[in-house]
Amino acid sequence: MPLFDALLELADDHLVLGHRVSEWCGHAPMLEEDLAMPNMALDMIGTARSLYDYAGQVEGKGRGEDDLAYLRSEREYRNLLLVERPNGDFAHTMLRQLYFAAFMHPYWTAALTSEDETIQGIAGKAVKEMAYHIRHAGEWVIRLGDGTEESARRMADAAEALSIYVGELFEEGAAEDVPALPRRADLRATWEATIAEVFDEAGMTFEPSKYPQSGGRDGRHGEQLGHMLAEMQSVHRAHPGATW
Amino acid sequence: MVTEATSLDEARAWAAAAAVPDPEVPCVTVADLGILRWVRMQDGVAVAGVTPTYSGCPAVLAIELAVEAALLQAGFEARIERVMSPPWTTDWVTDEGREKLRAYGIAPPVESTGSKLALFGETTVPCPKCGSTDTEKLSEFGSTACKAHYRCCACAEPFDYFKCI
Repeated sequence: MPLFDALLELADDHLVLGHRVSEWCGHAPMLEEDLAMPNMALDMIGTARSLYDYAGQVEGKGRGEDDLAYLRSEREYRNLLLVERPNGDFAHTMLRQLYFAAFMHPYWTAALTSEDETIQGIAGKAVKEMAYHIRHAGEWVIRLGDGTEESARRMADAAEALSIYVGELFEEGAAEDVPALPRRADLRATWEATIAEVFDEAGMTFEPSKYPQSGGRDGRHGEQLGHMLAEMQSVHRAHPGATW
Repeated sequence: MVTEATSLDEARAWAAAAAVPDPEVPCVTVADLGILRWVRMQDGVAVAGVTPTYSGCPAVLAIELAVEAALLQAGFEARIERVMSPPWTTDWVTDEGREKLRAYGIAPPVESTGSKLALFGETTVPCPKCGSTDTEKLSEFGSTACKAHYRCCACAEPFDYFKCI
């Protein structure tokens, strides 16, 4: 079921990154960021909920958003390797956010004219939120990249560490045969232009990796995703069907 | 078929639903904010269309329950429909709503969402207290998802700004 699989890929990207970003709540380096991070996490988790809900309807087996989020194992998750990366330091988190938002913004822009009305609706909200995420993360990448020796070093480390996960953004995955969704490969030029603009101001140069990693779309993940899911799913699994 | 009685009921149901205050910004109603889209009578049931402001707005469920409760209280059988498309924009905040926000100390959205997205563009937000345009942004994200945090350099008042989306 290509549409179901494609929706799951998108939903998993947003839930996993939303959860990662939410881990900063109470730990961010300043109060404003402590508010900003959960706000952005909510955007992504909200988008994930809409996508899981729709995926459940498309599948038609009675699975809802909770079943899809809490009752699938690591090997069944289809998210990008980029989004499951641990937060690391603030440079690392902000660069990861910029990479993802700079990809999702043109993606949702293209989805605004999808033949599928539900996808159009989800895209209409998400595209505006991603514009904020690009700006917020972009400002931080510039501030740190063009900041002190220490902040520039950390941003350069983040760029090196994350570069191997960039190529996977543009792999088609299950969406290849779904006309209702944009083709990811078509978005590379827009992504590169956004990153170039930010990196230029930050005094950095984007270096594509010679050794790109992929596998997230097939359920082959890094060690950290399992730890994250174990924590995220523990309450739901310990108390199946609980309501309050 | 819309009879006269139905349209009267519809107007009454709208009035009941439209009076519900926003849980986060209680100075404005759900109708002022444009998140109550419509109320229709369908087979004797008052159906209200409600739209979220942000994908992850935690107030969505609270708003839906409050609208449903208001309709029940007005004597209707009620149902809520969550409307995703077309997406909510700040252009739907009514003029009355904007004025109420300003009076409450929250700067209303200043520009149309039709304006081009500028990656590092800054908008000028007048202070809701003294009206000065000498203000500065403290944070893109304020106390709720829909607000940013600003400070007035003229009267020193910190204030929330209802972001344009």
